[in-house]
Amino acid sequence: MQIDKTLVMYLEKLGRIELSEEQRAACEKDLQSILDYIDTLNELDTEGVEPASHSFPVANVVREDVVTNTARADVILANAPDSREGCFAVPKTVE
Amino acid sequence: MEILDMSALALGSAIREKQIGVREAAQAYLDAIEAQDGALHCYNTVCRDEALQRADEVQKGIDDGTYTSPLAGVPVGIKDNICTKGVKTTCSSKILSNFVPTYDATVVQKLHAAGLVTLGKLNMDEFAMGSTTETSYTGVTHNPWDLDRVPGGSSGGAAAAVAARLAPVTLGSDTGGSIRQPASFCGVSGLKPTYGAVSRYGLVAYASSLDQIGPLAHDAADCAALFAEIEGKDPMDGTSMENPKFDFAAAAAGSLAGKKIGLPADYFGEGLAPEVRAAVEAAAKTCETLGATVETFPMPIVKYAVPAYYIIACAEACSNLSRYDGIKYGYRSPNAENLMETYVKTRSEGFGMEVKRRIMLGNFVLSSGYYDAYYNKALKAKKLIQQSFFDAFEKYDMLLGPVAPTTALKLGENLSDPLKMYLGDIYTVMINIAGVPSMALPCGFDGAGLPIGMQFIGKPFCEAEILSAAAAFQQATDFHKQSPQQR
Repeated sequence: MQIDKTLVMYLEKLGRIELSEEQRAACEKDLQSILDYIDTLNELDTEGVEPASHSFPVANVVREDVVTNTARADVILANAPDSREGCFAVPKTVE
Repeated sequence: MEILDMSALALGSAIREKQIGVREAAQAYLDAIEAQDGALHCYNTVCRDEALQRADEVQKGIDDGTYTSPLAGVPVGIKDNICTKGVKTTCSSKILSNFVPTYDATVVQKLHAAGLVTLGKLNMDEFAMGSTTETSYTGVTHNPWDLDRVPGGSSGGAAAAVAARLAPVTLGSDTGGSIRQPASFCGVSGLKPTYGAVSRYGLVAYASSLDQIGPLAHDAADCAALFAEIEGKDPMDGTSMENPKFDFAAAAAGSLAGKKIGLPADYFGEGLAPEVRAAVEAAAKTCETLGATVETFPMPIVKYAVPAYYIIACAEACSNLSRYDGIKYGYRSPNAENLMETYVKTRSEGFGMEVKRRIMLGNFVLSSGYYDAYYNKALKAKKLIQQSFFDAFEKYDMLLGPVAPTTALKLGENLSDPLKMYLGDIYTVMINIAGVPSMALPCGFDGAGLPIGMQFIGKPFCEAEILSAAAAFQQATDFHKQSPQQR
């Protein structure tokens, strides 16, 4: 798998990240060497193997549908970078 | 015996017998932290006042019979990715540098219920992504055995704090070796429990199908005691499982008699430092003298463990870390003009390079056109890795091998080469992929006087068996009793 600058920039976009030109060049090189190594997985014969999901058989785990937490909006909002009138505040999204 | 030299169980016992007060124990550790942590940087946050206040409450609770745990009154350090109500939980990341959880993780609630006293929050690789603690936003932790070397990672602070006697026991987390590898580099013991044995509620997620919380301590008996407090099914973690109550006393008693131990040949291949190989092979001989039978067997899948791990872990990480957007908590970039810029600049300024790399790698393996070739392929490899362990456990009670190919590296040695760092995880990541438990413990020293670690890998939910094996080994050896202070 060949990594190029276009792909790196696409991955930045997917991850909502922006790299500097210098970081982008380093990242291209690092991702290339990591993927070259990861590609050794192609040697492993997985013909007919079902993809694994969970390590142990657990399915449909549910809890009783009861409210156990208490109203604590003020404590939760205390962690917000910006909040107003009991809500998270964000930059204007519509003009 | 000095407070700092006691095992957690011995300290707990002395507290119950009123030879040592709970405040006295906490104070001794807080003083040691104040004196030494400037040079080591094990802790991101020290809870001095809270610990002393809590110590007085716990003392009352022990006196009136509320707290009866063997560890009641014992101080504990907690990795900084485990939520502590009212105490900053930063994951050693800028993006969470001001985050104060509004609730305690289940494991923290359980420690409180048992009467342990929290000393503070321990340094780690940012979001547990790294094997050296060098990716921490708060700065590197130094290895107490040699300050110019890394403590391993990602639970570097948790391992170094035990080694330097800045906490008798600590809680770490292990996604691909993050308890065992730093335990190995710092000469302490650490348990990665079976996936589902310990609740992950309140553990900041890195790779949810692999993450597990576990104890680090001076010896297997202390690990067993702390594991006994934190294990069990929790309604808040749907992947946690009900199991027969863990028998702490049996695990701590220690026995290897009649056990069949398998040595995976591929754990002793190319890339393993000769001194590490020699120490683990000598340990296998010791196991034989203690009544175990030891046999080497092939496990060729080892070669594919690191590629499969980094695909699965990064895929899960990029999803888990999408929640950091600068809106609800944590850092928000002051340089953004609109909502999209808020997301992008917050994440670009808030995450370090290793985290960004893993987010990008994760997005790559999940993206349209590559999903089948990478992510799905890794899940098939996971199936084969699980099968290899099931096959091995048909023949053996447990497996034994090195934790890491080398002893502790020099600071900066791997930081510039991520692939080299990833390759160091070859002996640990498979265990997380298979979901089985593994107990790491010291088994020797190299020529430079640095600790060497090995691991007993067990069947699912057979923590008692590997803890017992480790305890038996430690009763016959004194590697775990060495401390950097004596050297």
